[in-house]
Amino acid sequence: MIKVIVIQKSEISFDNQIILSWIKSSSSILDLGCGNGELLELLIKEKKVQGQGIEVNQQSIYNCIIKGLNVFQQDVDSGLCDFPSSSIDYVILNQTFQQVKKPSFVLKEALRVGKNTVVGFPNFLYISSRLKMCFGGRVPVTPALPYDWYDTPNLHFFSISDFLDYCKIKKIQIKKSVFITKNKKIKLFPNLFGEIGLFLLSSCSK
Amino acid sequence: MIGPGKGIDTNKFFVVCSNIIGGCQGSTGPSSINLYTGKEYSTDFPIITIGDMVNAQKALINHLKISKLLSVIGGSMGGMQVLQWMIAYPESIKSAIPIATTMKHTPQQIAFNEVGREAIISDPNWNKGHYYGSRVPAKGLALARMIGHITYMSDDSMSKKFGRHFKTKKNNGIKFEPEFEVEGYLRYRGGSFVKRFDANSYLYITKAMDNFNIVNGKDIGHIFKGLRAKILVISFESDWLYPSQQSQEIVRACKLARVKTSYCEISSSYGHDAFLLETGEEGQIIGHFLNTLN
Repeated sequence: MIKVIVIQKSEISFDNQIILSWIKSSSSILDLGCGNGELLELLIKEKKVQGQGIEVNQQSIYNCIIKGLNVFQQDVDSGLCDFPSSSIDYVILNQTFQQVKKPSFVLKEALRVGKNTVVGFPNFLYISSRLKMCFGGRVPVTPALPYDWYDTPNLHFFSISDFLDYCKIKKIQIKKSVFITKNKKIKLFPNLFGEIGLFLLSSCSK
Repeated sequence: MIGPGKGIDTNKFFVVCSNIIGGCQGSTGPSSINLYTGKEYSTDFPIITIGDMVNAQKALINHLKISKLLSVIGGSMGGMQVLQWMIAYPESIKSAIPIATTMKHTPQQIAFNEVGREAIISDPNWNKGHYYGSRVPAKGLALARMIGHITYMSDDSMSKKFGRHFKTKKNNGIKFEPEFEVEGYLRYRGGSFVKRFDANSYLYITKAMDNFNIVNGKDIGHIFKGLRAKILVISFESDWLYPSQQSQEIVRACKLARVKTSYCEISSSYGHDAFLLETGEEGQIIGHFLNTLN
């Protein structure tokens, strides 16, 4: 029996659509914190990539296996020591980066292993967050940061500008960046009006 | 786990499951009759390896005219056979699922097996293996099984199963008769094993496991080089006999050889026994994996 899965464009989240547009066909992908494997499945279907996921949540791993994806149960924080340098075309850290214990180490490993690295994270200083903090006097809960302070997987809170500064200090080359809010690209004042930041990076030394 | 509608769904797949050589319940082993002497092989039976077991399985598969298996699946020593299939007959398998197993025994694993073997060999009834037709080394084999059983469980699963409960039957004041439930259980398990298992087979099979070593000084990245099969490695959280690190080492070898691999550690408190007991979750994940292969 041939299974036909029709993915409609509207079902694909906006950040995944942008990542999809950045990835070259038939490349190799390592998705760190791949969750239920939506992005990997999409990339395999649309771009015929060689995909590998790393995920720590058991239920998510089952969901990846149901999709026929290759996934390792592993903590991203333990690093990528088994992957040789520049052995993967794209290492992806989408919505994972702010949740790891050692973001600096994890990003360094991703940049070492990946010829390119994709990073996506919620901008903690998006305008509605700022307003909620300043005038509400509470830690913001927004669509991009949907968790209460006592029950959040996010360990690090930073803004788009914080990340740009970090890349400058660490000499990380930003090849592409897109800032999005409610399925729209934001061009002006992204640190204020961008809810999510997406970056395509490569390490400068290469 | 195997049956209609189950993880390994017999409505979809044909399942071939054979006894291993060296065993005592179907294939040729030390308790089989040597056609040249008309007597049991006993310790004249040659030392066997996991490789021999798999070669025999391959011969069976050839006999059945199967050119490619959809999957080879096995836990513990069965998992070693899976790994052996991966290196000996990589072209004959589409996928492989090694469960709660290792590429080679550690000294600790060899040590537990050695205590079991020593228990059998030091039983006077063992008689250098020539006990067929007379009294079997029941005490030694039962003791070996008792040690084995301890290693199959976990501290947690033993506490849950037995606690420090006392046996309901009193021991009539005889010193050192079992008083705790766990003692009675181990003796019962040891005793019932003797009825269905041959002591010499135990010696041969545990030796085959101890000698198994697919690393054997090789660069770990070269072990599975060129393997095109899709691999699913499974381990269990509380398994201390074949701990997750050993499965992760298999995953590492696959990763370095760029083999398509998934790895999952199933949470369980059953220890090594989990691979036989956690059939719900294990069956589900295997079922999902098999369904994506066609």
